[in-house]
Amino acid sequence: MDALVNPIRDASEAIVVENLAKRYRDVVAVDGITFAVPHGSFTALLGGNGAGKTTTIAMMLGLVLPTAGRIVILGRDFATHGKSLLALMNFQSPYADLPRRLTVRQNLKIYARLYGVSAVKERIANLARELDLEALLDRPLGELSAGQRTRASLAKAFINRPRVVLLDEPTASLDPDTADWVRAFLSRYAKEAGATFLIASHNMLEVERLCDRVLMMKLGRIVDSGSPKELLAKYGRTNLEDVFLDVARRGPLEVAK
Amino acid sequence: MTGTLRRIGAVMLRHWYLIAGSWPRFLDLCYWPMVQMILWGFIQTFMAQQSSFFAQAAGLLLAGVMLWDVLFRGQISLAISFFEEVYSRNLGHLLATPLTIGEYMAALMTVSLVRTVVGLFPATLFAIWFFGFSVYSLGIALVAFFLSLIAFGWAIGLFVAGLVMRYGLGAESFAWAFIFALAPLAGVYYPISILPSWVQLLSAAIPASYVFEGMRAVLIDHTVRVDLMMAGAALNIVWLAAGIAGFLIFHRQARERGMLLQVGE
Repeated sequence: MDALVNPIRDASEAIVVENLAKRYRDVVAVDGITFAVPHGSFTALLGGNGAGKTTTIAMMLGLVLPTAGRIVILGRDFATHGKSLLALMNFQSPYADLPRRLTVRQNLKIYARLYGVSAVKERIANLARELDLEALLDRPLGELSAGQRTRASLAKAFINRPRVVLLDEPTASLDPDTADWVRAFLSRYAKEAGATFLIASHNMLEVERLCDRVLMMKLGRIVDSGSPKELLAKYGRTNLEDVFLDVARRGPLEVAK
Repeated sequence: MTGTLRRIGAVMLRHWYLIAGSWPRFLDLCYWPMVQMILWGFIQTFMAQQSSFFAQAAGLLLAGVMLWDVLFRGQISLAISFFEEVYSRNLGHLLATPLTIGEYMAALMTVSLVRTVVGLFPATLFAIWFFGFSVYSLGIALVAFFLSLIAFGWAIGLFVAGLVMRYGLGAESFAWAFIFALAPLAGVYYPISILPSWVQLLSAAIPASYVFEGMRAVLIDHTVRVDLMMAGAALNIVWLAAGIAGFLIFHRQARERGMLLQVGE
């Protein structure tokens, strides 16, 4: 299956993951996956619950120690350059919240300092404008709706102008209009900053619209990969949701045959 | 170094925002030290009326309770500052920034220092005004006592915080249990010599015991026992090293077990 994802160890790859594995005693969360993500691209990790998407992202952030394998980001080994790499990365996840008693502005100020952002006021003002948070900046996070909190979380994820962005279900709690608007923001940021995105998502529309490439995960393995168009053609489907269901219920095409 | 100070400052700013934005939290910092001091102040007054010993060694109980609070506040402030990240599920965010685990420990200790000073200072002023006892009469020895006790508090606080990082909020009660288990051994209100000899061996391993013995030497004998301070300082180095090692080991285990994104749930 590794041939499907064929990591190329050259300067064009922002993320290279080699034989990455995570085992919790008898449970295999991630089973020796290998993939590469080119600079400036959007790649989706697509899979059902327990497929290993969140664990993969957590390992790329240093929050979970891999059992085996290697992660290279922006040409540097994460195991030895983790903290310096984290200054160039950021993430958003439904498994991590920002302190709800603090205002959006206070949260962003704290993270701006942690990441060493210069011109903090301007950066916060820009992000607030981009993510429609201007009216919410001085309100405690706990007083905001789920969608507003997600936008605040996204503001934190972009506070340091990251070159590599890891997003776990970035639009899960947003209404379709706001979700569409956030996707436009992500596309705009990618173009302007040349950033690389790795997105774990269940939202097939989002993946089809944003992502250049999809890595289909099941039971900790990458079972198929390709561009959304390639996968649609390969499975003879008109939308990724049907491809997802095929893979989830019957396994990848090679196995299904 | 600049980056290190900036990141430590960011964690301190987070706790400043939390306390400054919540008057109950601010009041809580000062409330318990004040209540403790008033209670023991009256006990001290009563004892002084009944016993010539207490009349001569004025402030023995008050100094004991205030110094005990340095240890207790130092420990609990560090642990609670860590728990705040767990309650708010912010730990994953925090530890996936350039903030190193060493910087995070330094930040927790600094926050604990500030919270302890802010919490205890009003009680010390009240003791002067209401009971006519100034803990500052301990002189330069007070600085040594304070540093020794807060360092020991940090050692326990780091270990307890590590336990919660590794085992989740189920281990939260150790923040209170550990420190109170040490109180009888530390000789806060009585000399270590009254303890059974085998318990004295346990007391000898606790840096706080040397502080309270030293405090009594100052208040009763009017002598500064440098030997006790040195012994306490040496033990503190060992305890603090153990607390830091415990925090680092639990942090690694939490990463191995995937706890950092889940702790708090």
